Amino acid sequence: MKHIKTLNSKLLNNTIVTGGCGECQTSCQSACKTSCTVANQSCENRVTASDLQRNRK
Amino acid sequence: MIHKYRQNEINIVLDVESGAIHVVDDIVYDILDYYENMPEDVLCGHLSGKYTLNALKEALNEVEELKRNGLLFSEFDYSSQISKGGNKPVVKALCLNVAHDCNLRCGYCFAGEGEYGGKRAMMSLKTGKKAVDFIIHNSGNRHNLEIDFFGGEPLMNFEVVEGIISYARDEERKHNKNFRFTITTNGLLLNDTNLAFINENMHNLVLSLDGRKEVNDVMRNTISGESCYEIILPKLIKAAESRYQADYYVRGTFTHHNLDFSKDVLHLANLGFKQISIEPVVAEDNKDYSIKEDDLPALYEQYEILAKEMALRYGKEDDFNFFHFMIDLEGGPCLAKRLTGCGAGTEYLAVTPEGDLYACHQFIGNENYKLGNVDLGITSDKTSDFKDLNVFTKEVCAACWAKYYCSGGCAANALNFNGDLKIPYEIGCDLQRKRTECAIALKCAVEF
Repeated sequence: MKHIKTLNSKLLNNTIVTGGCGECQTSCQSACKTSCTVANQSCENRVTASDLQRNRK
Repeated sequence: MIHKYRQNEINIVLDVESGAIHVVDDIVYDILDYYENMPEDVLCGHLSGKYTLNALKEALNEVEELKRNGLLFSEFDYSSQISKGGNKPVVKALCLNVAHDCNLRCGYCFAGEGEYGGKRAMMSLKTGKKAVDFIIHNSGNRHNLEIDFFGGEPLMNFEVVEGIISYARDEERKHNKNFRFTITTNGLLLNDTNLAFINENMHNLVLSLDGRKEVNDVMRNTISGESCYEIILPKLIKAAESRYQADYYVRGTFTHHNLDFSKDVLHLANLGFKQISIEPVVAEDNKDYSIKEDDLPALYEQYEILAKEMALRYGKEDDFNFFHFMIDLEGGPCLAKRLTGCGAGTEYLAVTPEGDLYACHQFIGNENYKLGNVDLGITSDKTSDFKDLNVFTKEVCAACWAKYYCSGGCAANALNFNGDLKIPYEIGCDLQRKRTECAIALKCAVEF
């Protein structure tokens, strides 16, 4: 496309089928204890860079 | 619903229901103002003074294509996706207040300097073990369970922390569970021995520091009223290094007294910290340090400054991660998680030193939200108030473009400010929306 660039391919509606396992981290257990932010959590089924780094050690 | 805004000279369009994010040129940005309410010929006529007809038609075709593909003006009814759950909540995370006492006296502490409005107390190992048993037996088929050691200051009761972890490790094998432990500390009592244990056992480590010394010292002082900055800074730097600059956060609070908080974030980044979280204070309006509505424009500007600086540092030696700008567009939370949020009062509970269960750490001390105890389990029917919380049962959330990013906000803040779990704390919402815009803008800036 000439006028529009789309940033992401994973769409919310697609996660209806794949999501909902409930195994991911609870948001207030991460860094904040006063201002709820959920979208910056990771899906449990995605291996993070720090997991890989830890496994390499 | 779409949400469009311009930041750092980039035109950004979020398709709310699908979550698709687009960077568009000026023609499309202008077209989207009228697209839903004007026939194509009227729209073209309206913008003909600014763009050629050919350019408008070309841009309109692209908008149409995205709409056909469900990436723009998409409409989904997600209300049927709200989990009805069973009568018995599945608990997967505990905030374990192992110490209702603290060795600092922080002016803004929501925990009442560690006491939560009660008396100073330490959790016994016996109560801690009962909490472990409680979560195992109330977690259904959840494999990953979380315990955050919190307070007060949890290092003041570190022997019990060690004992609880040892017990939980034994029990997780028997019950096919996987415990992830975190600890939130002011760092004052950190030493080589407890740090080695933390690094061996804790999935995440949260270290408290507000930023610049002069800012930190306004709110965070020792019991005798002295600055804690020089005492804790070397310990925090050492802790961050010992964890290879990953799986930790140096975490602070900004208040009405440091509305230029981007300087505090950059101060921490320039000290070498790579994982940083600085959050707005949450306090009653009558406190001199609380965030006021009039502060919002200055705070918005600070978030923009931060996003711009992070884009400049991206991929360089001095880059860093800011918790509230983290956004994983390809691997973020699923829809089910985004609809219901933090899970307070259902899958996430807090435990006092005496073993009482509360809806979350911020509800401790509010007897209306004491849900039971580790001996008897959940005995209050108040859990039904929390089961009903989602972005569709909160009127203002349902109409908000950011609802799938904050998931309805903090239940405790809603209750404390508005007396209603379903009416979010407005200043918190305003700041959350700005942070979300900046997080997306930062992503756009480094991707394109």
